Amino acid sequence: MELRFTEEERAFRQEVREWIDANLPAETRERMASGRTPTKAMQVDWQKRLYAKGWAVPHWPVEWGGQPWSAIKRFILSEEIQSTPAPSPLGFNCNMLGPVLIAFGTEEQKKFFLPKLASLDLWFCQGFSEPGAGSDLASLKTRAVREGDHYIVNGQKTWTTLAQHADWIFLLVRTDPNAAKQQEGISFLVVDMKTPGITVRPIITIDGAHEVNEVFFDDVKVPVANLVGTENRGWDCAKFLLSNERTGQARVGASKERIRRLKLIAKEAPGGGRPIIEDPRFRSRLTDVEVQLKALEMTTLRVLADENRQLSQRKPNPASSVLKIRGTELQQAISELYVMAAGPYGLVAPHDPEADGRNEPDVAEDWQTLAQATYFNWRKQSIYGGSTEIQKNIMAKAFLGL
Amino acid sequence: MDFDLSEDQRLLQDSLQKLLKDKYGFEQRKGYMKSETGWSRDLWAAYAELGLLGMPFAEADGGLGYGAVETMIVMEQFGRALALEPFVSTVVMGGGFLRHGASAEQRAAMVPEIAAGKRLLAFAHTEPQSRFDLHDVATTAKKDGAGWILDGRKGVVLHGDTADDLVVTARISGQRRDREGIGVFLVPATAQGVSRRGFRTSDGQRAADITFDNVKVGPEAELKGGLALAERVVDETIAALAAEAVGCMEAAKDLTVDYLKTRKQFGRPIGSFQALQHRAAEMMVCLEQARSMAMLAAMMASEPDAAERRRQMRAVKIEVGRNARFVGQQTIQMHGGIAMTMEYAGGHYLKRLTVIENMFGDMDHHLAALSEEGGVFLAA
Repeated sequence: MELRFTEEERAFRQEVREWIDANLPAETRERMASGRTPTKAMQVDWQKRLYAKGWAVPHWPVEWGGQPWSAIKRFILSEEIQSTPAPSPLGFNCNMLGPVLIAFGTEEQKKFFLPKLASLDLWFCQGFSEPGAGSDLASLKTRAVREGDHYIVNGQKTWTTLAQHADWIFLLVRTDPNAAKQQEGISFLVVDMKTPGITVRPIITIDGAHEVNEVFFDDVKVPVANLVGTENRGWDCAKFLLSNERTGQARVGASKERIRRLKLIAKEAPGGGRPIIEDPRFRSRLTDVEVQLKALEMTTLRVLADENRQLSQRKPNPASSVLKIRGTELQQAISELYVMAAGPYGLVAPHDPEADGRNEPDVAEDWQTLAQATYFNWRKQSIYGGSTEIQKNIMAKAFLGL
Repeated sequence: MDFDLSEDQRLLQDSLQKLLKDKYGFEQRKGYMKSETGWSRDLWAAYAELGLLGMPFAEADGGLGYGAVETMIVMEQFGRALALEPFVSTVVMGGGFLRHGASAEQRAAMVPEIAAGKRLLAFAHTEPQSRFDLHDVATTAKKDGAGWILDGRKGVVLHGDTADDLVVTARISGQRRDREGIGVFLVPATAQGVSRRGFRTSDGQRAADITFDNVKVGPEAELKGGLALAERVVDETIAALAAEAVGCMEAAKDLTVDYLKTRKQFGRPIGSFQALQHRAAEMMVCLEQARSMAMLAAMMASEPDAAERRRQMRAVKIEVGRNARFVGQQTIQMHGGIAMTMEYAGGHYLKRLTVIENMFGDMDHHLAALSEEGGVFLAA
C-alpha cells in the first residue's frame, strides 16, 4: 500500500498545469471561473486543442487516440482540467458513445465516428429518457420499425442536454414490442440530427437556462448501418454506458475549484460588519463541506486504483456507488454556500436581455446573480445519471444482497 | 499510488483475523470484561506472539519496524472484534512516546518488554478542566535537584489502572493554558505518591483517575519534545482510532444487513422494505467514506509538517465521527429493540464508536479549530 502520489505523477500534474495555462484562451477561463458553462464555440475550440495534444480521450485504447496511462494519471489530467477551470471533453462523445462504439461498434463505425468524437467534429447528444421513462428507463416507447435498409423512428425523447448544439444523437429505441422482458426489445442507434422529421424544442429550467430539450421523431428514416451492436440487444450498450461513468460523476476537481473561489469571494463579501469568511457559522459550514470533499477525493482515488487492475482481478467496488451519491450532494451543498455568501444580492436574477425582452441594469456581480441560478440548476445533479434513490436501490441489491 | 496490501500485510491481517475469530466471540468478550483486568491477559500474550506488540518499534530497538498502514490493518480487526486490550494505550500511544521522545537507553530497557507483553503503558493527559485541550495542563513539574517533582490530577486515563508506566503531561512553566512550558514525563505507576482508582468506561473498557502527590522522578523521566511530542503521538493515535472505528462500522453494518435478511415482520424479511434498504445503503456510503479517511490518516500519520498533519487529522476526526454516528445509531434503529440490550452485540458498536468519537476532540472541537486554521484545502 502506497498512499502518496509518485514523483512521476507529481511531475505530470505540473506538466498538465503548465500546458493548460499556456493553451486555454483567457475568455474561456474567465467565463468558466465566473461559474458559467462554456459556449459551444469555446467547448469545440478547447477540445480540439486537447485532441491535438492527445489528451481528449486518454482512457480510450491507444489505437483510437488513447494514452497508455494509469487510471491515476488520467485522473490527474481530468482533475487539473476541472480545477483550472477549463471545459472537460464532451461527456456524450468521450465517456458515453466512444466507449460503446469501441466495445460494440463495427469497424466502419469506429473508423468513421471515433476520431470525430474525440476531436468534437461531431457533437453528440444522448436520447435515453422519455416522458414516461425516467428512472424506469427500460420502459421506453420510442419505436423503430425496420423497412428495408432503414428503421423508421417515431416517438419522443426528453431532458436531452445540449441537443440544440448537437450534430448527431445516440438513441435507445424499441425494436421488439413483443419481447418477453422489456429490456430485450431495445436497440441502440446513432442518428444525424439533420434527418427530416426531427424537431428540437427547448425546455427552460428553473434557473432560466436553456440546457435541456425535448426531441421529437416523426417518421425519421435511419439507415440500418447506424445500428450499434445487435438488434434488440441495445440494453447491453446502455448498461455498459451507464456503468462506465463512475469516477467522473464525483467531479472532485470541479468542487475543489468552486471552494477555492468561494473562499476568495468570502474574504470580500459582507458578513455583518466583517467579511463573511469571519462568520463562524459560515466558515464552519464551509469547512464541513471541505472535509467531506476530502473523503470523496480519497474514495475517488480508491476507485481509480481499482480500475488500474486487470479486469479479471477487479471486484465490484462499493466505493464506486459512493461517488455519485456523495459527489452530487457535495456539489449541491457548495451551491448553497454561494447563495449564503451572496445574501440579498443573490436575489438578482441573471440578466438576459434577449429572454427578458427588456434592457435592465446590471446591479450585481456575476457570481452573485449566478449563486441562486446555480443552486436551482444543480438540484438536477441528484436526479440525472441514476437518481440518488436509484443508486441506493443498486447498492442494496448488488452489494448488500437485500 | 497503490491501495493494495502487500503479501506481508495480508498475512498480518489474516493471522489476526483468525485469532480474533476463534477467541473473540461476543460471549467470550463478556468473559474478558468480567475478569480482574477487564481484558484478556491470554490474548495479550497471543498478540505478543504474533508480533503485534513490537510492531511500530525500530528493529534495532527490538521491534518489527512497521508503519501506520500495519497499525491500520491491526486496528481495523480490533474494531471488528470490539477488542478490550490496551493496544492503543501501550503500543500506539506508549510506543509513540518511546519512539519519538525517549532515549536509546529507555527504549532498550522498555521496548523488548513491551514487545513480549510484559510491560503496559498509559497516557495521562486529561484533567478535570482540560476538556479536549492537550495544552490545558494544571499538573505541575518542579525542578528537584537534577530530577523533578510532579503534583496534580489526571482523569480518564485509558487503561491507566493496569499500566506499569504512565506518560504524563505536566507544566514546567507558564500559565495553565499556555502552549509553551509543557513537559512529558515517563513515570513508573508504582512510584511513591501515585495513587490510582480504576473504573469502567461507557464502552466496557477500563480507565483510571490518577493523582500525583509529590512524586519524585529522575532527570531521565522527561521525554524530549514537550507539547509537540504529545500532539504527534495524538495524531498517530487518531489514525489508529479511525481504523478501529472503520472495523466497528463494518461489523455493525454486516450484523445489521444480516438481521434485515432474517428478521420477518408483516410476513416478509424486513430487508425487503425500501425504507430500510436505502438506509442500509447509506450506512455503506458512510462506511466507505470513513474507510477513505482512515487511509488518509495512515498516509498523514508520518507527515513531517506538523501543521499540515494536524489539519488533515482534524478532517479525519470530523468525517469518521459523522459517519460512525450514523452507522452506530442506525444499527440500533434498524434492529429495533434487540440492539438496545446488553446481551446483543449491536448496541456495543455504538458504545465503542461513541467513545472513539469523544477521544482527542469531538467533531465540533475539530471543526472549529480546522475552520480557524483555514480549512482543508489551503490556497496555493
